[in-house]
Amino acid sequence: MNMAKRVEAVDVTAYYGSFKAIDSITMTIEPKSVTALIGPSGCGKSTFLRSINRMHEVTPGAKVQGKLMIDAEDIYDPRVDVTAVRRAIGMVFQRPNPFPTMSIYDNVVAGLRLNGVRKKSTLDDAAESSLRAAHLWGEVSDRLKRPGGGLSGGQQQRLCIARAIAVEPQVLLMDEPCSALDPISTLAIEDLIGELKDRYTVVIVTHNMQQAARVSDRTAFFSIESTGDPGRLVEFDDTTKIFQNPGEKKTEDYITGRFG
Amino acid sequence: MSESPMPTKVGPDPTVHSGPTLGGGAALPRAGRGLERLFRWFSTGAGVLVLVVIVAIAAFLITQAIPALRANQANFFTSTKWLPNDVAHPRFGIAALAYGTVLSAAIALVIAVPVALGIALFLSHYAPRRIATGLGFVIDLLAAVPSVIFGLWGRDYLSGPVTDLSGWLHRYLGFIPLFGSGGPYGNSILLGSIVLAIMVLPITTALCRDVFVQTPKANEEAALALGATRWEMIRTAVLPYGRPGIVAAVMLGLGRALGETIALAMTLGATFGVSIDLIQVGGNSIAANIANGFGEANATGRGALIASGLLLFAITLIVNVAARAIIFRRREFVGGQS
Repeated sequence: MNMAKRVEAVDVTAYYGSFKAIDSITMTIEPKSVTALIGPSGCGKSTFLRSINRMHEVTPGAKVQGKLMIDAEDIYDPRVDVTAVRRAIGMVFQRPNPFPTMSIYDNVVAGLRLNGVRKKSTLDDAAESSLRAAHLWGEVSDRLKRPGGGLSGGQQQRLCIARAIAVEPQVLLMDEPCSALDPISTLAIEDLIGELKDRYTVVIVTHNMQQAARVSDRTAFFSIESTGDPGRLVEFDDTTKIFQNPGEKKTEDYITGRFG
Repeated sequence: MSESPMPTKVGPDPTVHSGPTLGGGAALPRAGRGLERLFRWFSTGAGVLVLVVIVAIAAFLITQAIPALRANQANFFTSTKWLPNDVAHPRFGIAALAYGTVLSAAIALVIAVPVALGIALFLSHYAPRRIATGLGFVIDLLAAVPSVIFGLWGRDYLSGPVTDLSGWLHRYLGFIPLFGSGGPYGNSILLGSIVLAIMVLPITTALCRDVFVQTPKANEEAALALGATRWEMIRTAVLPYGRPGIVAAVMLGLGRALGETIALAMTLGATFGVSIDLIQVGGNSIAANIANGFGEANATGRGALIASGLLLFAITLIVNVAARAIIFRRREFVGGQS
């Protein structure tokens, strides 16, 4: 089953009120690959990520201009239902955010229930396969009815990944998914990302350049001229090229630690 | 703000001989030890005072009630009669009053809670900020209206529309025992409950709103990112997270409704009967009966009213304990997240 889809941004510009956070981002993200978005704080990489599933506009006053095509369908077309977009594009956040009042099981199938799936066997199967795919099944299979909030941080984040992939999304967005985790949990998530790209288009924002180098096939480097300026895409290329032989001076300065 | 003497004492002070100096500031005299102790005694005392007041109230109610309960010739718990002022045969029972108290409070909550939840969600998640602030202010203002005003308004203004409503309910829903009475209508459980509902609305709304506003953004975004509509987001993230708060808000509203006195004294029919019918003239509550009856009561009559007050005290205590228990039971699921 090939669910993964191509993401094509054309002149995507995003605002918070009158503040322009990113300016004319144009890039194509290939299906079944891992793309890392890197860059200094405030460069707009998270904003760009959140504009891929229209979560950017959740912030009051925020808006997006330009086109964002998921397999040739513009998700910012006025006729497009925003909830349908978000159902098709999964997201994992910086801090693990399982629903605190729900059990582990209910957390995993929350998205399916929102899609109207009620059949117990379907939900059970999806819960098991998603938890297995998120490498969490072995740790929680005997306590699915326990609250998701009782797990460790790394387990909670894997629970959130399971929740995101339970609905079989076409694209999986990850916003610094390891920044709140310890090194061992981080490694577990990174291994997981490597497997997820067999089925999904994965886009990951990270502050950690080693992580970008380890997990991604392609890397996009975002930057800003100075505080208050919009973030721009400086360079987008194969990860090996970005880290070994970047085409732009700014990219080289950043990855060698000379700024940012 | 007083000038601190600390900077001058940082070095060794030749005028103070306080034994061997154990490095750093260990030997420095700490200002405010006495104040510290005073504050601890003050706060402990304030805490103890609450318990003393509760025990004193219970003791007062019990000692005052016992003589009347001894003289009572009817069963205090099952009788619906209220004739404690009959000198030869004082007989009284709490059944009708307790029933009316609980019934009017329950109906009030049935009316008020959905409305309160609706307003609270509108304020926290639907209304633009400016409207939410303004409307929230108006709701808070409603809480500041004295209950006697609600009573007057209910009796003199609302009773007309409620009489019409009662007729309508009887015509179309008369097969339900709640609306079985063919009249006359007026001061009824329905009228009292509607006034009560309006009175418990502000506190319930304000508490629910505060709880809803506190829903972690991360949980709301988690729901939205799964493709939830706004209402689905509220159902998956906001309401479950706020459940203990909602229960607390409802219980506080219930506490207010159970204890409300003057507004019910003015809007209930002040009869002594147990009926499921909400629209007929009648209804009474413990607190309203105390307000209505205390002036003309003799010694036994006053004792009887105080005995009824003791029962009200017990009812509100049970309600509060139940509320705490419900909140406590859900704690594992809410407190689990770091």
